[in-house]
Amino acid sequence: MSPTVQAGRNEASEFRWPPQGVTRAPYRLFTDPEIYQLEQERIFRGKTWNFLCLDIEIQNAGDYRTTTVGETPVVVTRDRDGKIHAMVNRCAHKGALVCLKKKDNVASLSCVYHAWNYELDGKLKGVAFRNGVRGQGGMPEDFDPAQHRLRPLRVESFCGMIFGTFADEIEDVETYLGPEMASFIKRNLGRPLRILGTHSQMIHNNWKLYAENLRDSYHATLLHTFYTTFKVNRLDMDGGITLSERKWHHLSFARRAKMQEAAEYAEAKVHSANYESALDGPGLLEAWEEFDDGITHSIQTVFPNMCIQFTLNSLAIRFFAPRGVDQTELFWIYLGYERDTDEQSSMRVMQSNLTGAAGLVSLEDGCINEFVQRGTRADPDQSSFIEMGGREVESERNSRATETAVRGFWHGYRHIMGF
Amino acid sequence: MHKVLDKSSKQMGAPTRDQVVDLIAAYAHSVDDMRLDIWPQFFTSDALYHVTTRENHEAGLPIGVVRCVGTGMMQDRVKAFYSANIFEPHTYSHIIGRSEFLEQTSDMVVSARSNFQIVRTMETGRMDLFAVGRYLDEVVIEDGQPRFRKRVVILESRNVDILIVIPL
Ligand code: FES
Ligand SMILES: [Fe+2]
Repeated sequence: MSPTVQAGRNEASEFRWPPQGVTRAPYRLFTDPEIYQLEQERIFRGKTWNFLCLDIEIQNAGDYRTTTVGETPVVVTRDRDGKIHAMVNRCAHKGALVCLKKKDNVASLSCVYHAWNYELDGKLKGVAFRNGVRGQGGMPEDFDPAQHRLRPLRVESFCGMIFGTFADEIEDVETYLGPEMASFIKRNLGRPLRILGTHSQMIHNNWKLYAENLRDSYHATLLHTFYTTFKVNRLDMDGGITLSERKWHHLSFARRAKMQEAAEYAEAKVHSANYESALDGPGLLEAWEEFDDGITHSIQTVFPNMCIQFTLNSLAIRFFAPRGVDQTELFWIYLGYERDTDEQSSMRVMQSNLTGAAGLVSLEDGCINEFVQRGTRADPDQSSFIEMGGREVESERNSRATETAVRGFWHGYRHIMGF
Repeated sequence: MHKVLDKSSKQMGAPTRDQVVDLIAAYAHSVDDMRLDIWPQFFTSDALYHVTTRENHEAGLPIGVVRCVGTGMMQDRVKAFYSANIFEPHTYSHIIGRSEFLEQTSDMVVSARSNFQIVRTMETGRMDLFAVGRYLDEVVIEDGQPRFRKRVVILESRNVDILIVIPL
């Protein structure tokens, strides 16, 4: 390739997807700072609903919780009428962060730099020295506080999760998810929740590699060998992948095989979810059958950057925030239900060992995406090969040996990015 | 085996302060030396080993990053380390501050708090300050040896770089 051609192809605006479509993902997507900037605009500040926080994190009037939408700092508040608001966490004066803590309870939002003060809904209510000091200085006559508020996002709450969007025209969250995705979220989160613990992980890769990884059901038993090493009798190899109508979101599930269920579990219902294994500490896998649809493991993604996991009884939200083109902060929010008994809570607590930064089953995901990042960064013009399970982008109800949900992600990504 | 665990004795009652300090040092050095096979022996058979963050600890939340109840679960982590988990090879180097002994609430148990920093060295040669925090320990004598009955590892940061597979 001649140097001139290469220079031309470095422009994100001239980026062309390979003719094979979503069965290829060019490595440039993981390293190009211009594409990363375009994503901020077209995805995170575009027509998407972004996970902000949980309803229970801002339960009381005056509570705030800070987060990011893409790289944009955002603060979510609850006002005195119980209404939820989200605003860009950036002072309308000179742009300093207004809220500095992860969570707090305040009467109003106050910028520390020059003490501009905002209502909990982001309206500017006070400007220090607006009328000057002893008749000197002050804002011009025509200064209009109504013109200087914190930039609002639209917010909506769904199943205890608060979503925000910068888009003026976008369907409601439930329509954005589609009926199948929405109903499975209701199954998992549709009752009062309780936070059991949180932590985050810095992974050294582009955020989209983690988005792919979550949708990559092909690697599950190949990279993650904990279950096979400990001979965990899973009896739940039956499963599949459901894609949302627009393919943006997905649900991957494993279900206990029906025949086994009839033969082995009919009588001993109480212990039906306990797993035989070669573990020295079998308490790790003590579980109970929580739903009667037989689904024991599920991973559900919501475009662009969140996922809900239900591994046995371990319920968690994962939220992965881009922190630069090759850094991603992955948040783990472990949940239970308010109605849980102590025994159920302690099973959820023990099972949290399976996932997270030190997860016995899945800690490999902390480094595997970095291995791809390091492996690909020298060759932006080459592409990954994504044809497992065919070239289609359709739900696959009977097998998880497929990359269909990864193709689904790229399908949605190309659409929203205009690539 | 490390000499702290090796000495046979008929000791009863509470461990001495010296024994506690020696145990804390021997634990760190054996992890740094990658003797993970003996890691569970530093604990009593029903011990709690819990790694969490300051944020969870202060909020009283039960889920942190790792929770092992009993040496069986620790054994499983060791076995997973050697035969199931995949990661870029790395080693730790612990630096531990002087232990502060907390008020003794029982004749059998000595409690101590010790700050630590762990530098992690990766296969590529990259070195990072990987973990900063404190150990909250309860040490007893079991089978004639000082062992942790409880070791809570409280990380200052909510954020773990890449992953944790070697015990802290
Ligand atoms: S930057 Fe906020 S008051 Fe000046
Ligand atoms: Fe994985």
